[in-house]
Amino acid sequence: MVLKKRSILPGFGMTLGFTVSYLCLIVLIPLSATFLKAATLTWPRFWHVISDPRAVASYRITFGASLIAALINLVFGLLVAWVLVRYTFPGRRLIDSLVDLPFALPTAVAGIALTAIYSSHGWVGQYLAMMGIKAAYSQLGIVIALTFIGLPFVVRTVQPVLEDLDRDMEEAAASLGANRLQVFTKVILPSIWPAALTGFTMAFARAIGEYGSVVFISGNMPMKTEITPLLIITKLDQYDYAGATAIAVVMLVVSFVMLLAINLLQKWSSKAQRAQSSSGSAPLGLDLEPIYGSTAN
Amino acid sequence: MAYRFWRVHAAKANFMGGAIALNPRAATLTASASSRATLESAAVRWTLIAVASLFLALFLFMPLAMVFVSAFSKGIHAYLASFREPDAQAAIRLTLLTAGIAVPLNLLFGVAAAWCIAKFEFIGKSLLITLIDVPFSVSPVVSGLIYVLMFGLQGAMGPWLVAHDIKIIFAVPGIVLATIFVTFPFVARELIPLIQAQGNDEEEAALTLGASGWQTFLRVTLPNVKWGLLYGVIICNARAMGEFGAVSVVSGHVRGLTNTMPLHIEILYNEYQFVPAFAVASLLALLALLTLVIKSFVEWQSKRQLTEDAENWSMETA
Repeated sequence: MVLKKRSILPGFGMTLGFTVSYLCLIVLIPLSATFLKAATLTWPRFWHVISDPRAVASYRITFGASLIAALINLVFGLLVAWVLVRYTFPGRRLIDSLVDLPFALPTAVAGIALTAIYSSHGWVGQYLAMMGIKAAYSQLGIVIALTFIGLPFVVRTVQPVLEDLDRDMEEAAASLGANRLQVFTKVILPSIWPAALTGFTMAFARAIGEYGSVVFISGNMPMKTEITPLLIITKLDQYDYAGATAIAVVMLVVSFVMLLAINLLQKWSSKAQRAQSSSGSAPLGLDLEPIYGSTAN
Repeated sequence: MAYRFWRVHAAKANFMGGAIALNPRAATLTASASSRATLESAAVRWTLIAVASLFLALFLFMPLAMVFVSAFSKGIHAYLASFREPDAQAAIRLTLLTAGIAVPLNLLFGVAAAWCIAKFEFIGKSLLITLIDVPFSVSPVVSGLIYVLMFGLQGAMGPWLVAHDIKIIFAVPGIVLATIFVTFPFVARELIPLIQAQGNDEEEAALTLGASGWQTFLRVTLPNVKWGLLYGVIICNARAMGEFGAVSVVSGHVRGLTNTMPLHIEILYNEYQFVPAFAVASLLALLALLTLVIKSFVEWQSKRQLTEDAENWSMETA
């Protein structure tokens, strides 16, 4: 059996050896230590910790707020990507480079800034307060923070696909009598959908684990605005290592499922894009094949 | 750079250029029809731009502006006084030290991982790529916790560490480890696609001409990916300096000793010392802005390189 294809390039053994050892030391061994620690809990005890009403409430808040934030980012991410790719307007390049800000800005900085804006005396919070909406120190605050940290994902996954999109298809649809909305829903949306869904899942996965930006704005009330990562910290502060580990294992399992989902989505997305660009680059070949096929019958 | 990619696209452009030259009347017809058929009315366009801008203003520009407005709300003297605090200086020093250890180690790892993954085909490669991504998907709090469970008092190695008087958790080594974990994939993720797009042809040519492995890497591979590498290092650094959740779990929050800048911000904020909190935050926000500027520069550079390559190619074929 051949483990590796032959190549004249040197350094395979050295770099792979270093990569794998470093990966084991930093990531794999500490992660497996966590699962070993969790295995010292008996099953009923483990179940008791992870199904505790306070824990379940924290899952509901974490997943609910992450889902809403990811949906907001799906809608507005598509809009922002569209505007950046298709239109020219003053400030476009500035916006384009600032979209990545949530990747680069520390979460704690984002947290205190968002809290200051959406608290009842803040720039936006005071107007929301007048309407009777409490933004900071509520579940809405959690959604706001998670929307901020997930903002770049959908924009950055959809943008390149939209840039590569062949306008010929849109022209064809228009010349066949489709209006602009029909062209968007029937031609453009199916092409960018895999990428948009990938971005949505990434934003959702990122939001589930988020801690830094949320703790400042959420108010951290058990059962109401306590997210799961915060519950882990609370248990650690009470020296309840077993409880913290049990909840952490739940979060790790969710992370791995999300990672798997993102990988599959990315494969689907790039396959969809390849199929599209190959049909675009061979205008005389591939596109006519179905027609020949049907006439042959 | 991305030579193969351009070969395909340049060929396509030539093909289409030829068609237009043959039938100029048809070309102009399509051009005017296409702009009308594939563009929305001005009202729709400007509404969409306005809604997108409003969304970005609420979620991007305002938080950024808030940091600086709050930091300078009591004037420049109060702002500068925030950095004369010994605790603030200790936090800045610890953050620099942490990034100074974590970033070079992850750079080394990223280059090694990118070399073996992008240049060779081997069994288990996609598993390795997935495992490198794991720290991205793990919650920062859990990232910190796994080191507590490993090196803490109750942890797997706890008793041994106590016996040898080594302190990792609630001390600087734990902070460095957690930071390495969280910023682990950045350089590798940035480099792997770049080196992969490069192909092996140039390196193989250099080796056949008698260059050593190191010479090939330093003179052929590295110059081709230098801008991507720079961005990988910069974003890794920004995340290392700004990490909050993971570091918060392992630090123990000892003022002046185990507080990094983000942890120091948290303490100041919880004590209602808003000006100093936002002043320290403004340094990290500046770092984030610098990171974005370098990213734009890197993108501009690689685009330029791409066009140059395409020009060289068309000159060669002409």
